[in-house]
Amino acid sequence: MERTEIIKIVNDFLIEELEIDADKLKDDALLKEDLKIDSLDFVDIAVIVEKHFKIKIKPEDMKGVKTLAQFYDYVENKMA
Amino acid sequence: MNAHAVSPNVELQNMRRVVITGMGIWSCLGKNLEEVRQSLYDGKSGIGIDPERIAYGYRSPLTGIVERPALKGLLDRRARICLAEEGEYAYMATAEALRNAGIDLDYLEQNEVGVLYGNDSSAKSVIEAHMHTLETKDTTLQGSGAIFQSMNSTVTMNLSTIFKLKGINMTISAACASGSHAIGLGLMFIRQGLQDMVICGGAQEVNYLSMSSFDAISAFSTRVDDPTKASRPFDRDRDGLVPSGGAATVILEEYEHAVKRGAPIIAEVIGYGFSSNGANISQPSDLGSCIAMERAMKDAGVQPTDIDYINAHATSTLQGDAFEADALNHLFGELKTPISSTKSMTGHECWMAGGSEIVYSNLMMLNDFIAPNINFENPDEHSQNLNIVPKTMTKTIKTYLSNSFGFGGTNSALVIRKMEN
Repeated sequence: MERTEIIKIVNDFLIEELEIDADKLKDDALLKEDLKIDSLDFVDIAVIVEKHFKIKIKPEDMKGVKTLAQFYDYVENKMA
Repeated sequence: MNAHAVSPNVELQNMRRVVITGMGIWSCLGKNLEEVRQSLYDGKSGIGIDPERIAYGYRSPLTGIVERPALKGLLDRRARICLAEEGEYAYMATAEALRNAGIDLDYLEQNEVGVLYGNDSSAKSVIEAHMHTLETKDTTLQGSGAIFQSMNSTVTMNLSTIFKLKGINMTISAACASGSHAIGLGLMFIRQGLQDMVICGGAQEVNYLSMSSFDAISAFSTRVDDPTKASRPFDRDRDGLVPSGGAATVILEEYEHAVKRGAPIIAEVIGYGFSSNGANISQPSDLGSCIAMERAMKDAGVQPTDIDYINAHATSTLQGDAFEADALNHLFGELKTPISSTKSMTGHECWMAGGSEIVYSNLMMLNDFIAPNINFENPDEHSQNLNIVPKTMTKTIKTYLSNSFGFGGTNSALVIRKMEN
């Protein structure tokens, strides 16, 4: 899957399901501080990642992932 | 039957008075107070057939037909995904009740308000989470909302979060008397000076997964040829109850507090009575019912002659209605007090019923009518001497009694009085 497709799926989820404003979805946006994604939201992110990318992640795997770009990287690397 | 003697409550004068300053409803009779008032007045049934129950293997597909509210735009995502079906109804009913009471989020942020709400299952949420994990072998994939939908306290945990409540926060699980006990306990908390305002009521899920074990014991009517005739409390030809649901909320408030706030005062909660039969798990008791009613009237400082209307628990089961009719004969038989069971229209709203029937009765009291016990065509030997109201009746109600009885022999009765402004 191309990175651009990963970005689109993730961003669509963040906009539609987590109700985050599209203009906040910048590469350097901090997931917790800027996008207000909390520990419960990470569970739902794991669900959407499993559904769309067919990879399993655990919320505890996400500890080093701080920014949106790092999250795209994480998904891309897991799929590689 | 050895019922207790009724005597006036000499301590009444020292009690803090408790009034209802707002109410809200979401049921098979309507999605707000005005729709429900009209349905009650018209004697309109909310019963229909659920095709999913036929496919699932129910003995009876009859149910109250309750619309799901559209919450997108009203609540944020986190709030929405934590709400089970019954919580959605409870949110809508509570939002209406708070509006009517003149309470907004700023007030709730700055004052201590409690919540005591009846609920005794969240079956669909539990079953769906389990089925999902059976398939995926990964609990994470249940998502983050499942746990908050699945617990019995789902309604109070969600209402307290959404409305920023900071007072008592507890779910009352007492079978089909849950909603009534919740109001009774709210009364006690305010009377004792522990709270000035408590959100009370009851909620009930309506989905097909929630009622299958109830269907399993052949408790439901199978009169599927004419669903609106199926729920017929006290009628000779009744053949079981019809399950139903939704949610109902009343805002209980200490009287002086309500006056100071300039709140609209709908009614006063003057008595709460309870008992436990200590006997059969499913069979009601006329003695237990009498004790709850007498205790409520004693608590209220009223006599049976003061009761203008009785909203009966009567669910349309053979045994339950007979025991309640015997109890009502014992206490009110000579007085010919008007009686109706609104379950003839709503079906049995179970955990919600004790709350909704206070809302229904308040609507009658405010609008000077008694809603009919529809489908009461022929009495049986238990109901023949009771004054059961089969058609809408014009009536000034100053004081009424509302009964709720549940599995395990839990009984609750409330006495409510009109506020004369």
